[in-house]
Parts: sequence; C-alpha cells; structure tokens
Amino acid sequence: MTAVVTGVGVAAATGLSLSAHWEQVLEGRSAIGPITRFDSSRYPVKLAGEAGDFHTAEHVPSRIAVQTDRWTHLGLTAAAQALADAGIEPADQPEYEMAVVTASSSGGTEFGQREIHRLWSKGPDHVGAYQSIAWFYAATTGQISIRHGMRGSCGVVCTEQAGGLDAAARSRRLLSNGARMVLTGGTDASLCPYGLTAQLTTGRLSTQTDPAVAYRPFDRQADGYVPGEGGALFVMEEESAAVARGAPQIYGRLSGFASTFDPAPGSGRPPGLRRAAELALADAGLGPADIGVVFADAVGVPELDRQEAEAITALFGARGVPVTAPKTMTGRLYAGGAALDLVTAMLAVRDEVLPPTVGVVEPAPGYDLDLVLRARPAPVTAALVLARGYGGFNAAAVVTTTRS
Amino acid sequence: MSDKFTLDDLRRIMRECAGEDENVDLSGPIGDRGLEDLGYDSLALLEIASRIQREYGIPMSDESIAEMTTPNEAVTYVNKRFATI
Amino acid sequence: MTGRTAVITGIGVVAPGGTGTKAFWETLTAGRTATREISLFDAADFRSRVAAECDFDPRQEGLSPQEERRMDRAAQFAVVAAREAWADSALDRGGLRPERIGVSLGSAVGCTMGLEDEYVVLSDAGRFWEVDPTYRVPQLYGYMVPSTLAVEVAWASGAEGPVSLTSTGCTAGLDSVGAGVQMLVDGLADVVVAGATDAPISPISVACFDSIRATTPNNADPEHASRPFDLHRDGFVLGEGSAVLILEEKSAAMRRGAHIYAEIVGYANRSNAFHMTGLKPDGREMAEAIRVALRQAKLDPQAVDYINAHGSGTRQNDRHETEAFKRSLGERAYQVPVSSIKSMVGHSLGAIGSIEIAACALAIEHRVVPPTANLHHPDPECDLDYVPLTAREHDVDTVLSVGSGFGGFQSAMLLTRSGRA
Repeated sequence: MTAVVTGVGVAAATGLSLSAHWEQVLEGRSAIGPITRFDSSRYPVKLAGEAGDFHTAEHVPSRIAVQTDRWTHLGLTAAAQALADAGIEPADQPEYEMAVVTASSSGGTEFGQREIHRLWSKGPDHVGAYQSIAWFYAATTGQISIRHGMRGSCGVVCTEQAGGLDAAARSRRLLSNGARMVLTGGTDASLCPYGLTAQLTTGRLSTQTDPAVAYRPFDRQADGYVPGEGGALFVMEEESAAVARGAPQIYGRLSGFASTFDPAPGSGRPPGLRRAAELALADAGLGPADIGVVFADAVGVPELDRQEAEAITALFGARGVPVTAPKTMTGRLYAGGAALDLVTAMLAVRDEVLPPTVGVVEPAPGYDLDLVLRARPAPVTAALVLARGYGGFNAAAVVTTTRS
Repeated sequence: MSDKFTLDDLRRIMRECAGEDENVDLSGPIGDRGLEDLGYDSLALLEIASRIQREYGIPMSDESIAEMTTPNEAVTYVNKRFATI
Repeated sequence: MTGRTAVITGIGVVAPGGTGTKAFWETLTAGRTATREISLFDAADFRSRVAAECDFDPRQEGLSPQEERRMDRAAQFAVVAAREAWADSALDRGGLRPERIGVSLGSAVGCTMGLEDEYVVLSDAGRFWEVDPTYRVPQLYGYMVPSTLAVEVAWASGAEGPVSLTSTGCTAGLDSVGAGVQMLVDGLADVVVAGATDAPISPISVACFDSIRATTPNNADPEHASRPFDLHRDGFVLGEGSAVLILEEKSAAMRRGAHIYAEIVGYANRSNAFHMTGLKPDGREMAEAIRVALRQAKLDPQAVDYINAHGSGTRQNDRHETEAFKRSLGERAYQVPVSSIKSMVGHSLGAIGSIEIAACALAIEHRVVPPTANLHHPDPECDLDYVPLTAREHDVDTVLSVGSGFGGFQSAMLLTRSGRA
C-alpha cells in the first residue's frame, strides 16, 4: 500500500494557498510580526505568526462561522482547498469511503475563552448554544465531514505539536482499511489572551521583540519560539487508486511513519526522537543515505535543540544531511505545524529545492548540523520530517518522490 | 399600542447570533417562512431564544421554542409574553 | 502482522458509585443509580443540577501530593484507573521493554476543569479579558492540551512506544480503544494501555449543555433522572470517570497464562455528516458502523448476545439507536438484551465509551447483563428488550457496544469470550 498526497490546502501566515506559502518560504520571507489579534501589552510575548490575511467572512459562510472557532475556520478553508486541488467532488464519491482525521492541539481556544468569560462575568445563561460544538477538540473534523458529506471514519488526534504527523499516520492505516481517501492534517489558532497565557507557562516562548531574530532554532542565542496559527490539510489516497481516477497531481508519497514517547522525567533513559526517526526510515524501507533533507522540529529552546541535533547526527553523521526549519517563517503552529511541514517537505522533494531556515545568525557550536540558511537546489528524492509534542511525544515521517 | 418586539428586532438577533444563509435575504418578506427553511436549525433556534430571553427578560420554555416555526410566530409569542409581565 | 488479536487482560475503573472495578460491577449489577444533586460546585443558578459524581479522594487512591497538584481531575481518574488495570493484569512490568508499551487514551473535553478553575483566577472571575498572567500555575499549558492525559498515563505506565490521545467527543472512549487495538494488531506495541477519561462536572460544561437543553431538568428527583428508553426521559445526566484496559496480543497473553477477559474482534466508526448534534431517526450511519464491525469480526448478527447501548436518555438518541440495531441486526435486535449503564453512572462524555467496554468485558466474565435502571414506562417507539431495572444472568459470549456523539460520530465495537481459536 503506497499512500500519496493528491490535494493540499494551506492557511497560515505565509499564505492562504500552497503556492503562496511555497513561494514565500523559498524567498525566505518571514511572516512573523507583532500580535494584533488582542492587546498584548500585558504579556511578555509580543510576536506571533498570525494568519493576517485570513478573514473568516471571505472563506466561511456566516451560518457556520458563528458556530465555530477560528481554528475551525482555518481548517474548513484548508479542507475545501485540498478537496478542490485534488479534483474531488465528494458528492460523486462513495460516502462511507471518505474519511476525515484532523489533529488538534487545544481546540476552540478563543471561542472557549469567550464563553467561559461570559459565564463568570454574566452568569450561566449567557453561555451560548454553540459552545457545546465549537470548543471541543472534535469540532473541526465534525464540521468538515458535515460540510462535504464525508461519512467514513472520523478521527481526532491530540499529541500536541506531533499531531500533524500522527494524524497522517492514522490516515494511512485507514486507506488499507477500506477508505478510498482521507482528508487529514491539522490547524490551530490559540492566539487569544488565555491561549497565550497558557503557552507562557511552558517557558518555551520567545520574548524578543525583533521579528527577524525572535525564533532562531539551533542558533547560539536561541531562546524560545514564536507561536503562530493555521496549518495544512491534505488529501491522502492509495497511489494506484489516485492514478486510476486521474488525480490532477500527485505531490509525493508518504512512505514511512513512526511515533515514540520520551521516558518519564528522572528515569535517566534517552529521549525517543532518534528511535522515531529510525523506525520511520525502517517503515519506508530506506536508510539514512536515502534522505536528502531533514525538516527539523526546531523548537528553538537550547536543551531541546541539542537533543534534536544529537538525534540527527547520530543517524546521519556530523553535517551528514541538510537540515531545515521553514517554520521559522510561520511560527510554531501547534497541531498545524507538522502538517504544514509535511506538505512543504513534499514540495521540496518535488521541486528539488530546499527551503531555508530564517533568523539564524550564528549556528550554535557543537551541533554539527548542515543548516540550510538560504534556499538550496538539491537532487533530493526523500525527506525526513520530525515533530515533537509537549510532554514527550515524538513523531517522524518519510516523504518520497514519485519520480522513478 | 405598538409592539415592543418587531420583526426587525428578530432579524437583528438572527443575524448577530446565528448568521445568515447566503441563499436567503433576511431583509425580505420572511415573516411567514419556516425558520428551518431560512437555514436556522435546532441549535440556531436555541441560540436565538436564549438571546431573546436575556435581552428582553422573556422566559423561553422548551415548548415555546418548539412552537415558533416562523419569524412572525416568534414575534407574536414574545409580544404576548410582554403583555403578561 | 495479520492474525494478531487484541485481548483484554487488565481492567481499571473510576466511576460514580465507587472507585475500582469491583465497586463498579456491584453498582451495575445491583441496578443502583449514582446520580445525585451536583456537589462539586454550587449549581443553584443552573438549569440542570443533577450529575453522576465520583466520590474520589486522590490521596486515598494513591496519588502523591505532587501528582495531585499537577493533575487535573480527569488525569487523576485516568492514572488511578491505569494503575488498577496494570495490577489486575499481573504483568511483570520489570520484564517489559518500555519501547514496546503503547498508550491510547480518549477524552472528549480534556482538562477543562483545571482550565476553567484557572480562568476564574486569571480573569479574576471574568473581570479581565486580557487575563492577568501573574498568578498562573505551571501546569496551565498542560490543562490546555488534552494530550496531557495521555502523557500522565504514559508516565504512570513507563510507556515509550506510540502514545496518543483521541478526542472524538462522546465516542472517544470507543475510538481510543479501537486505536489501541490497531497499535497492537499492527505490531507497534506488545502491550497497550487503552481507555478514556473525562471530568466535565464544572460550571462551563454544565452551562454549555444547559444552553442546548440536552441535560435533564429533573432536579427534584436526581436518583431517577437518567431514564434511557423511558417514555418520561427528559435529557441525559452528566457523569465523570475513567476506565483503562490493558491490551495484549492473544498468543502472548496465553503464553504467560494471563487472565483474559475478552477479545476485541471488531471496531468501526462512521460519521452521519448531517448535524453536529442532531440525529436522523433512521440510525443509518450507526448501522453501517455495526455492519462493518461485524464484517471485521467475521460474525453474523445471530452471534450477538448482548448490546451495550449508547442509551443517553434523550428522545432522539434512544430512537436513533433502536433503529440502528434493527437496521443492522434485523430480527436479532428483538431477541437480544439491550441495556444502558448510563441510567446508573450517567454520561461521562468521552470516558463512558471505555467504561462501557469495561462493563461489556465484565458481562462476559460474569455471564450477567447489567440492567437499564429507572425504566418504568417503556417508550412505545423503543420496542426492544432493554433489561429494565434488574440485572439478568445470561450467557454472554459476544457483545456489541455502541457510541454516538456530537460531530455526528457513530462507533461500534465487538467483544467476544476468549477461547475461540
């Protein structure tokens, strides 16, 4: 069973389509800027990768918009794009063979804050009827399935920032269990006062005010990341089925997946990222030498960067493979981040060009990584995508070319 | 005595809390059309009812919501309740 | 990895009516209801003031002071249930490789209780929209992401294999076990800790079900407020709790001489793509999920001996699933006992799916079908055998458990007595 991607939708700070995102990422143009969605003066974090060009009214019918959070607005928008891009008209497909699996990190964060706020400032009867369907983590999957009449298996995977890969892995399984196509990926939008305050507690957010250097993983002065919003949804199909139906394009193959979990704190055992990468390679039937680029998780927190660099060099050798993190241009998108990385990696393999990591001024000594700091042509046929989720989730995916 | 609650009040509430279907012109003659036909499902009706309840202090029972199948019925119901308080 | 079968070798339950599998089964077989007036907060201003609460003392259940502080109530439930399940499995944990232990947990609303409590403080009871970060607790982000629940169970289990949380609303507890079975069948792990947890009895969750009038307004008689399939039912009763199962590959479990409660032989979910909360009366998509699960299990409808219903106690649900059973099982639907334990332990959203799977495994184990409590006046439109009021001895070899939830999700799972080769 070979899983391929035949349609992609993107809604992020770098663009509201795959092509716009890819163009901006190749130019190395960061979309990080000051927080405008709320008054951030009270908070030490001033920057974010807001999907500033995304205006709900232009993309989501008002009847649906009022009953959903911004995270779902972004998801519905990316979903519609992905289906159109894949040339799929859901009404013409067998209803039970279309599945939807999304990743969610924190659900309808802003919507939820508003309703809890109403409850505590005005009373229980001020909580709206839509809170019951907008806040919970399954809202995006449910709304997508309803909007497009997709009655197959429905899933929602929560592994924080590893979610985009885990959702795709689960989707591949569904393709061998009778699903003809799966709409998968993830989005997130937690840029509201409570969402940001909660994120502050991890101590992983950058408090820099200069967008150019605020998020610089693997840099000598790395000191956290910038949060962003949005993500990507894409259509996965079995390759021969996609070819048989005349899919307008095949972006690439999803050839290997694996997930592991870090040991409990204090156990003294090694972290699990390297093992996830090894298992994903084995699942793809490839070795390190086959991989032309690694899309790093790149948290931007020195300890976590070091761990990741160690995992990469252990597998590929010192400076043994180009490593990049285009997410430095969008900020970290939580459930949407790894999904966007996956489709970005697919374009890198398709176009044989590696998108850059921005913000890095001086790579930290000792990591021994070949960081891609400027877009670089490379005859790459396979990419490894890494992702980690808060608490100890590790996920890895291998993307390969369809060129023979 | 003029009505305290008009069709326009209801239109405003419908738009604000439940949005409007692209295929429906809410400013048109909607008074006797079915609310469901106008694109408002059970959740939308609950949302509209609770807004009326909060703004106008009119209690909206489960039965009253079930009875409101058109905008005009909703307006009539609310005004009737006004008369009793 | 074909031919691998998942079996249940350990069960842990935290449910209203008593903590622990033993107390849970006693509640069910006695037909005792654990629904009562809400005591977890002052619910005087709410429409529905009834819930099925757990009498749960974290310290008494073995959590350390730091664990208690760190974890939201939903996480506390899950960890206590997981520890009981591990002990029940009698697995030699020292002999297991952490890399081969997986976790698949489910939850509908995650750590909303902790999230709301902290919001009250940081917003100063709704004064500041730009909440004041000064008094934030270090675990606040852990409350915002439901994946924390899986993290806690993974830590408690020493798991370093695949770990995930499934959050498909009220079918999450069936879907998480389904995902756990898949991990095992695919050979990604040798032991999978699977289950679900929810602790939604807090003002925001109660208010949000109030606003759609889904929960019972029967505040005068809390003990009899959850009345699935009864003509006088008037909404569901919110519950809380957790159930965690230890899943192993059948041949490995047999080799070590494990006690096997049941095999999980079929699972499917489908979506109605109709409405986020509404159900069409025809039960079409739930019937499809049941048919697919049967096909996977290579069983025909005649094999089903007991149906553990979703039975939430709303009119639309009870009719919807009754139709789904008839549609998928035909005449067999009229011949098998069908019951809803939500009549006793309430509807704990995502958790209940796993709690119900635990009940199904115990029904197979003890050859007893739990009743539907409070069913005094059968709804004529629900014309199956709903096992009113009293538990029934019954040879249960194959059980169907179903769930239905917001988003339009419909799930079905089949368990059988182990021993069939």
